[in-house]
Amino acid sequence: MKLRSIQYVLQQSFRGIWRNKGMSVASISSVAASLTILGLIMILILNMSHLAGLAQSQFDSVQAFLVDDLEPADIEVLGKQIADISGVAYVQYESKEAALANMKERWGQQGYLLDTLEENPLPNSYIVHVGHISESDHVVEQLNSFTEIDEVKYYRDIIDNLIRAAELIRSVGLLVIVTLVFITIFIISNTIKLTINARKREINIMKYVGATNWFVRWPFMIEGTLLGFIGACIALILVYFGYHTVFDMVTTRFFVIFSAYLLTVQEMMSRTVMMFIVLGAGVGALGSIISLRRYLEV
Amino acid sequence: MIEFRNIHKTYDNGVHALEGINLKINKGEFLFLVGPSGAGKSTFIKLLLKEEEPTSGSIIVDDEDITIYSKRKTPYLRRKISVVFQDFRLLEEKTLYENVAFAMQVVGASPKEIRRQVPMVLGMVGLSDRAKQYPHQLSGGEKQRVSIARAIVNRPIILIADEPTGNLDPDTAWEVMKVLRHISRRGTTILMATHAKDIVDVMQQRVVALEKGRIVRDVQRGIYGYET
Ligand SMILES: Nc1ncnc2c1ncn2[C@@H]1O[C@H](COP(=O)(O)OP(=O)(O)OP(=O)(O)O)[C@@H](O)[C@H]1O
Ligand SMILES: [Mg+2]
Repeated sequence: MKLRSIQYVLQQSFRGIWRNKGMSVASISSVAASLTILGLIMILILNMSHLAGLAQSQFDSVQAFLVDDLEPADIEVLGKQIADISGVAYVQYESKEAALANMKERWGQQGYLLDTLEENPLPNSYIVHVGHISESDHVVEQLNSFTEIDEVKYYRDIIDNLIRAAELIRSVGLLVIVTLVFITIFIISNTIKLTINARKREINIMKYVGATNWFVRWPFMIEGTLLGFIGACIALILVYFGYHTVFDMVTTRFFVIFSAYLLTVQEMMSRTVMMFIVLGAGVGALGSIISLRRYLEV
Repeated sequence: MIEFRNIHKTYDNGVHALEGINLKINKGEFLFLVGPSGAGKSTFIKLLLKEEEPTSGSIIVDDEDITIYSKRKTPYLRRKISVVFQDFRLLEEKTLYENVAFAMQVVGASPKEIRRQVPMVLGMVGLSDRAKQYPHQLSGGEKQRVSIARAIVNRPIILIADEPTGNLDPDTAWEVMKVLRHISRRGTTILMATHAKDIVDVMQQRVVALEKGRIVRDVQRGIYGYET
């Protein structure tokens, strides 16, 4: 298409958006709302699978946290007893100091946050490596019977629960998103229908003087696509600031420990930007196509 | 230049609007299409504009059979065959100049061509000094002249007019006819469907009469031939 034709088409698209301000706002809001909800679901699912992935790498081990104030000798004896449990391959001791150092390393750039702690809240622990996963239930049972052991962290439960929850969120989320997308397409196609009606006379004349079908259609296609695109941008902004706020809150105030397991804001955005823009623009274009097919005989 | 070969048109509701039309229109001709209401005049025009498809037969425009043309090429056909209607179909929010320029914009003409061509055709229809006015400031005859200017601005090979004077009183109708005659003398082929007896009788051009979908008369320098 020639440059001046492109200029004409863009001008018509913006006029269309401006002419039905109310419906345009409704369309943009609908896209923004749908994609924001999609963003919410993605934040949940991505973080859960991230967490599950991290936990899975420690799948063959069970961590037994010891009660405070054990004598070093007692700890050593306990270690030998644990090693004797059938199914245990080997045992590793992790002192509370080592645990803190590890955590600092895992947190990387945010490790300095731990420097402000007045005392080390982490317990001493034994990391118990199990020969085969199928034996882990039995090992955990045995570990729980020791009075010197305060708590056993058993990743398999966490992983299973995480995976199950993520799957549930995924299927419910998919249903919600598909419904929202349909509603959005409906709203956009109605917006485009209004523009088509407002320009009926003009389109009729255009056809009689020999405008090509695409020349007539382009402004409507662009109008719908733009509505979707703007909606997607708004959703991205909401998701960005929303996740930023939550991330900061979680990592600085509540569960400092979680921050290592959360996807960073950058990682989250890199996974949503393209997807949202393609989805938003695509939904907009689809709304236009539906309206053009129904209301514009060429 | 334009030829109808054994054209039949039956609408979906079973009405036989055209039954075996054979007609040749030559370059530069001025042709009146007359006949009682329902004779098939508008149908004839719609087939030529590819707004309707014939049930059988072929229509040749510039050596090409437009009935086997794909729908996609219709816009290019309409740049060759342009049309004016009884109801003018001007855009109220555009000036006369813009209304005419619009027809060039949508076919991708350059601003330079537009600046040259639009004043020229406005001059041909005698509205040069009204270019900046809006349609609501014009009489019916003037509106029709603008719509003629718009129809010829892309240099069609034929100008079709379906009852162009149908909404006009006799005086303004004559204004429009003078413009058409002027355009015709400059070489544009014109086909005009009309019920205006006095116009046809005075103009002394070729007259083709349709009745019940058939051509019943085709004379050079003819007259209307019906009582009004
Ligand atoms: N779209 C259509 N569907 C069905 N029948 C139609 C359609 N258009 C026209 N007809 C019928 O075809 C016949 C020819 O109509 P047409 O409009 O061609 O007549 P006309 O000569 O232009 O009449 P008028 O002088 O009143 O304008 C009429 O009987 C009309 O009712
Ligand atoms: Mg008619």
